[in-house]
Amino acid sequence: MSGTPLLSLAIWVPILAGLVVLATGSDRNAPLARALSLIGAVAGLLVTIPLYTGFDLHTPAMQFVELKPWIPRFNVNYHLGVDGISMLFVILNSFITVTVILAGWQVIDSKVAQYNAGFLIMSGLLNGIFSALDGVLFYVFFEASLIPLYLIIGIWGGPNRVYAAFKFFLFTLFGSLLFLIALLYLFISSGGSFSILDWHRMPIGITAQTWLFLAFLVAFAVKVPMWPVHTWLPDAHVEAPTGGSIVLAAIALKLGAYGFLRFSLPIAPDASHELAGLVIALSLIAIIYIGFVALVQEDMKKLVAYSSIAHMGFVTLGFFIFSPLGVEGALVQMISHGFVSGAMFFSIGVMYDRAHSRLIADYGGVVNTMPKFAAFFMLFAMANAGLPATSGFVGEFMVILAAVEHNFWVAFAAASTMIVGAAYTLWMYKRVVFGSVANHHVAELSDINGREFLVFVLFAIGALGMGLYPQPFTEVMHSSVDELLRHVALSKIQ
Amino acid sequence: MTLAEMQFQVPDLRLASAEIFMLLMACLILVGDLLVKDEKRTLTFVATQLTLIGAAVITFASSSGETAYTFSNMYVGDLMADLLKLLLYLTVIVILFYSRGYILERPQMARGEYYSLALFATLGMMVMISASHLVTVYIGLELLSLSLYAMVAMNRDSVPATEAAMKYFVLGALASGLLLYGMSMIYGATGTLEIPAIAERLYMGQFDKGILVFGLVFLVSGLAFKLGVVPFHMWIPDVYHGAPTAVTLFIATAPKLAAFAMVMRLLVNGLIVVSQDWQAMLIILSVLSMAIGNIAAIAQTNLKRMLAYSAISHMGFMLLGIVTGVVGGDARFALNAYSSAMFYVITYVLTSAGTFGMILLLARGGLESDELDDFKGLNRRSPWFAAVMMMMMFSMAGIPFFVGFFAKFSVLQAVVAAGHLWLAIVAVAFSLIGCFYYLRVVKIMYFDPPTNTSPIEAPLDMKILMSANGLAVALLGIFPQVLMSLCAFSLLRSL
Repeated sequence: MSGTPLLSLAIWVPILAGLVVLATGSDRNAPLARALSLIGAVAGLLVTIPLYTGFDLHTPAMQFVELKPWIPRFNVNYHLGVDGISMLFVILNSFITVTVILAGWQVIDSKVAQYNAGFLIMSGLLNGIFSALDGVLFYVFFEASLIPLYLIIGIWGGPNRVYAAFKFFLFTLFGSLLFLIALLYLFISSGGSFSILDWHRMPIGITAQTWLFLAFLVAFAVKVPMWPVHTWLPDAHVEAPTGGSIVLAAIALKLGAYGFLRFSLPIAPDASHELAGLVIALSLIAIIYIGFVALVQEDMKKLVAYSSIAHMGFVTLGFFIFSPLGVEGALVQMISHGFVSGAMFFSIGVMYDRAHSRLIADYGGVVNTMPKFAAFFMLFAMANAGLPATSGFVGEFMVILAAVEHNFWVAFAAASTMIVGAAYTLWMYKRVVFGSVANHHVAELSDINGREFLVFVLFAIGALGMGLYPQPFTEVMHSSVDELLRHVALSKIQ
Repeated sequence: MTLAEMQFQVPDLRLASAEIFMLLMACLILVGDLLVKDEKRTLTFVATQLTLIGAAVITFASSSGETAYTFSNMYVGDLMADLLKLLLYLTVIVILFYSRGYILERPQMARGEYYSLALFATLGMMVMISASHLVTVYIGLELLSLSLYAMVAMNRDSVPATEAAMKYFVLGALASGLLLYGMSMIYGATGTLEIPAIAERLYMGQFDKGILVFGLVFLVSGLAFKLGVVPFHMWIPDVYHGAPTAVTLFIATAPKLAAFAMVMRLLVNGLIVVSQDWQAMLIILSVLSMAIGNIAAIAQTNLKRMLAYSAISHMGFMLLGIVTGVVGGDARFALNAYSSAMFYVITYVLTSAGTFGMILLLARGGLESDELDDFKGLNRRSPWFAAVMMMMMFSMAGIPFFVGFFAKFSVLQAVVAAGHLWLAIVAVAFSLIGCFYYLRVVKIMYFDPPTNTSPIEAPLDMKILMSANGLAVALLGIFPQVLMSLCAFSLLRSL
């Protein structure tokens, strides 16, 4: 596999496809734009498959590495590579892009080319984030990915879209600007290297580590998002079109969590141990408090948005327990959340396209008019609640197990989500789907069509497959996670 | 070479051949234009462009890469000057293409004079770039300023333009006075007007510190006026807003290159020994400019005015590169810092030209379209030009993959290298605030419905150039290396 620059293909195939789609221009060519986008998205997914099949399970080292000088003036390199931690996200992201293109197929009828191109370009940029091994390259992809989502929320979003788009952009930018200074500091103190792997090995004093850790924390906590900097997420989700919500929940939130593993833990291990209590506390607040906040939501999208924050709390909790089970559980949770939250937002989108409401109160008895839909929605609601045999269970269970080893009360608090999570998801499901037909809007609903069925099946394969047989997902992580934890256990203070 | 030998030497005219050519052609075009009727004004335009191309050829051909002095050390030719001049010609060529339609549609404007004044202003900037003597700096600056005053007032019937010209003239004259006063004090402190000689005497310690610092304060104030940084920025919003857009485009772009050269010549080449003193002053100016520029820009509804405040903040950001050259008497980072500032200025000029060019592109039929609302729904009217404008805005905001990001990146890198972490944090904090109003332009173009649905009509040459400008912002953002190393190399050979 050495010859083909697979990661470059994973990044640039969708971006080029996006530019081609843009070139189709006005809505007269909408069918062409749609077809080209689907071809681009599928091609983007196909080029990532060899990443999995050609992956070497026995090494924690970076694989499929590409290294070319980019800006020699500042020793910035076009340095790509994936390990067991990042590889799955590249595939997940390319997969989600296919579902997003399908999800917007009939729904988006104005500026189709721009809409699809936005998602394709974003897909490439997100792949770039997961495979960048150079600090500047990472940062450039990290910030550039804000632009397409800003436009997608702002152009195709709901009534309050402008506010949501600005809030999303400025919140995230706020975090990443401090991150930029941290990168520059590392560049200067490492004697002129932007290589993330060099930074992993570089000794750093505890004061500098603490400041770096805090700068990373701000950047990634906004992105995850962690309490108390989570407020942009519900707004962004509520206003974004369905596709935007899917990408936001399934991939964009993972960037923050991924940042912790790539930057915070290995670059500032001592500070990570020192401040683990802080992150664990914030995670528990997210799990419990945000869980209760989700319970009282009247808007389905807001409910799922808050539930995403709670689920991401599990992820950050798993990281800062510093045990293989915890980190792997968190990674599994991230991928599972990609399928499940994507599917939840798609389900809400399916109803919204028909009845133009996201309020729980406007529904009731949907099962009578949309039985097939109700079955799929049931599956994903269960997965969201963490039912065994769905992917939602595996990650949460692993994290809770690891937390028990760490501290019983932390585990106890985290485990309460099993109840709260089930409560808000199933209660919503009950109010929306069961009961008698609530009003004439519900009575007029038509069940899902073939395209929607296909999208649901794609998500269901992910959620069920991972729940029943998580081995293929976890086995690729082992070496990288073990190596990471070995590294984090060593002090960098000299 | 002793002083006595030099006085009998014929100056080496070859070094200044581009300036001499420019002067001759500017005079020729000024006179020739009188004989041309309005319908044949294109002739003036073509002659002006050919002059600029000719000057570029001469500068390129006569560039030796070595630093050489002529006219009794009043004029210096070095690689930095050659690079800046070539970029200057390019900028003016682009500006003239952008402004051509605007000028044609306004019979009340002195059309032919626009071109000859532009050439004289360019000549002034060339002199500033190559000045190695305080008097040369001043002559170049005045030639530039006087041409600009006249250009601002060229729209005779416009009250705002006349007011802007008056303001510009009065404040500009005051600034020139401050600068001249500072220069005279420096002459008093060191006994020479030649910039290399000033540096040498400061290095040898042969100067009166009190008088020198006194002069330095005036010099920095004068420079700050010309750069348009807080608290000497008051003229910028009024002049940008009041001047005809074609002239605003000129003021907002090319003179920034010359102002950078002036800062380099006066402060770095001449007064590097007292860098501690002027760096401290410039840090304050820089932080204030970023603060006031970015915050005041939020409140603007007129795009030209908003961009004026944005220009203030950008010049403040550029100064960060200038103030981090010498750290505690250690000039190790000088090249890194100054070349970052140079890169910043060049990319700012590129982006600014595109932005004002876009206002000109939309201003058709004798009407201005410089209100933010004129950009409403541009994405519906022309997706391509909306995308170009969006690239400009994101570049100015410093979002990758656009060149503005790498400009900010390289300056911030210099600031962090100099150990001024807090300064870097202040800079990014104000960039975040600045991001808001650039995003608002994007919002207006993309999220708002259009109030005017007429398609965009513009001459083909302008459309092509505008597209090239947008692509340059994007491509330089993906491949910034060439321009970055060009800046670093030219400064390495010149400092």
